[in-house]
Amino acid sequence: MTSIPLFHVLILSSLLFVIGFIGVVARKNTLFILMSLEVMLNAVGVAFIGAGSVWQQADGQVMFILILTLAAVEAAVGLALLIRMQKKYRSLDIDLLSQLKG
Amino acid sequence: MNVLLASLPFYPLVSFLLLIFFGKKLSWQLAATISVSSMAIAALVSAMLLVDLSVSQHQVMTVNLWHWFDLSSESGNAEVNVRFYLDGLSAVMISVVTGVGFLIHLFAAIYMKSDANFSRFMAYMNLFIVAMLILVLADNLVLLYLGWEGVGLCSFLLIGFWYQEKANVLAARKAFIVTRIGDTSMVIGLLLLFNTFGLLNIEAVTTLAKQANELTGGQNTALGDDIYWIALLLLGGAVGKSAQLPLQTWLPDAMAGPTPVSALIHAATMVTAGVYLIARMHGIFLLAPEVMNYVAWLGALTLLLAGIAALAQTDIKRVLAYSTMSQIGYMMLALGAGAWTAGVFHLMTHAFFKALLFLTAGAVIYALHHQQNLFKMGGLLKKLPFESGLFIIGLICLMALPGTSGFFSKEAIIAQLWSSETAGPMLWWCAILGALLTSIYSCRLFFLGFLGNCRFNEKAQPDKSTLLRSALAVLALLSLFGGLIPLDLSLVFTMATQLPLVQGMEPNWLHTVAIVTPFIGILFSWFYFKSYRITSDVATKHVLPINEGRLVRFCRQGLGFDSFYNSLLVKPYQWLAQINKNDIFDQFIMLNVWYVNLWHDALILVQNGSLRWYLAAFGLAIMLLLGVSSL
Repeated sequence: MTSIPLFHVLILSSLLFVIGFIGVVARKNTLFILMSLEVMLNAVGVAFIGAGSVWQQADGQVMFILILTLAAVEAAVGLALLIRMQKKYRSLDIDLLSQLKG
Repeated sequence: MNVLLASLPFYPLVSFLLLIFFGKKLSWQLAATISVSSMAIAALVSAMLLVDLSVSQHQVMTVNLWHWFDLSSESGNAEVNVRFYLDGLSAVMISVVTGVGFLIHLFAAIYMKSDANFSRFMAYMNLFIVAMLILVLADNLVLLYLGWEGVGLCSFLLIGFWYQEKANVLAARKAFIVTRIGDTSMVIGLLLLFNTFGLLNIEAVTTLAKQANELTGGQNTALGDDIYWIALLLLGGAVGKSAQLPLQTWLPDAMAGPTPVSALIHAATMVTAGVYLIARMHGIFLLAPEVMNYVAWLGALTLLLAGIAALAQTDIKRVLAYSTMSQIGYMMLALGAGAWTAGVFHLMTHAFFKALLFLTAGAVIYALHHQQNLFKMGGLLKKLPFESGLFIIGLICLMALPGTSGFFSKEAIIAQLWSSETAGPMLWWCAILGALLTSIYSCRLFFLGFLGNCRFNEKAQPDKSTLLRSALAVLALLSLFGGLIPLDLSLVFTMATQLPLVQGMEPNWLHTVAIVTPFIGILFSWFYFKSYRITSDVATKHVLPINEGRLVRFCRQGLGFDSFYNSLLVKPYQWLAQINKNDIFDQFIMLNVWYVNLWHDALILVQNGSLRWYLAAFGLAIMLLLGVSSL
């Protein structure tokens, strides 16, 4: 079994993270922002798994399970808020939520 | 530690605190008892102190209460302590302040009985006594200044005691502002003194001045220029407080206050604080003979000016106010001539007879239902025999007829003028002329108010209470026989004797002229003011302001000083205030506000409420940080 070098894993993780970040910043639809957030979380998860397999430690996988749980929780809360938003504004445009401006 | 001396100012202070905090709840009896008995205790204590002082070896007592603060300058460090210093000079002052003060408190307690704010009045009077005692007992100039400002404050509060009357408020404000000019000059003088010598202790300054005097034989030292300015600035303070030229305009207006206030503050004690200051700092003044000469001339000019102005007054209290100014002029003249003891002696006797005159005038005004116009009195000798008798006693002391207390002190001053180095024959003649004027205006006052036809319609109702009358009677006795009190201040004014006397001829007729002058004045007015004395026809005509000449009106208004200051200072100031209504200088300050607003607006743009912008900025910042840290 050939091992994948850590460097490649990190490149994949960074790419995923940047894609997710650009999605969060550029998208206007809140649903897509949530999905981009999930991508960012998974990017971090990949980095942990890669690091765990290189050093032969279980900690990386433990952290990934934690992140997975976090992502699930976040998705639940986020989707609930999304439903409220749809009911209140009849739209999912994130720019509508700008009442805190100075 | 001398408990008597240390506690002296605290009796009136306790009374003041009680009255100011619980005054509204106290009945008249209780409030009067507290304030008057505190003064009685203070008077007793000062009498005991006098006895102690006269048997003590050094004729000086000191007591240190507590350490106040330290001051330092290039020329030295000075401790400022709350420390009392009692010598012959301050002993005279405390006995006048507490003794006369007690009698005036007694009078005031009855005189002000029906006033709604009686306890507030007595509280202010007590506070005044506290401040005055601190002033005269102070061991250093800073503590003296505390008392100095304290009496100024009380004067302001008491002139404006009836604060609902506009005239009283204006008079109070005027007194405060005019004396403040003098006080500012004095404080600059104190700072200059401290900067030059590094000393603030009065005793130390006097010792230093004495050494300097012995070293150079009274000639100008290297410090001559500084001393000149210090003396001049201190004189400025004294002039403001003692209502001398050119800051005299506040005193006649101050008569708007209640009569006991006029007696206590504006005749007997506070206005003589300037005289006390100069006597206290005599060491400095002796090193600056030019300033002594100014003191003498200022005194002489005030004396004449006030005498002339008193001749034209119609208000009984204003006559007495101008007379006070002129008598303080005598004291200043004495100090300027180096006759320290005579000046302080006149201060004491003047306090007796002027308090008597003011209080009697107060009793007369009370009896006549607050009528103060002399032209509406007349014939009071028959209606108010007791008050008239006391008034006559006061007036003959004021005129310095032989045998009275005023005679001893005034003659002592006049006798030393001719051959003094810093005075001279010219000022002697001024003093004689002043004595002549004094007797003329006193006679005019007496003839108008007490002789002639009665021009008062209602029935006179004098206050016949024994307490009030006994206070007046004691003052009358003091006025008559106060001249017999031996006053030996040679231990205080040790430097004074070293002044070289001009070896001039003193003509033999000096004393005769000085003694005869008041009688000439009386004789003159007996014939000149005949109309006042006999019928009321001419006198009533004078009530109408149309009939009086321009000269009389000019004199009545204090020889035009008020309108002069008004056009010289008040009007330009109001003009400046008018043109600067929009406050040009404020605009510079407002630049700060404009700058802050600019940044405020710029930062508002950043906080736009859009989550995506925040996140983008966040990401950018992280990238920048990572980029910088990896360099």
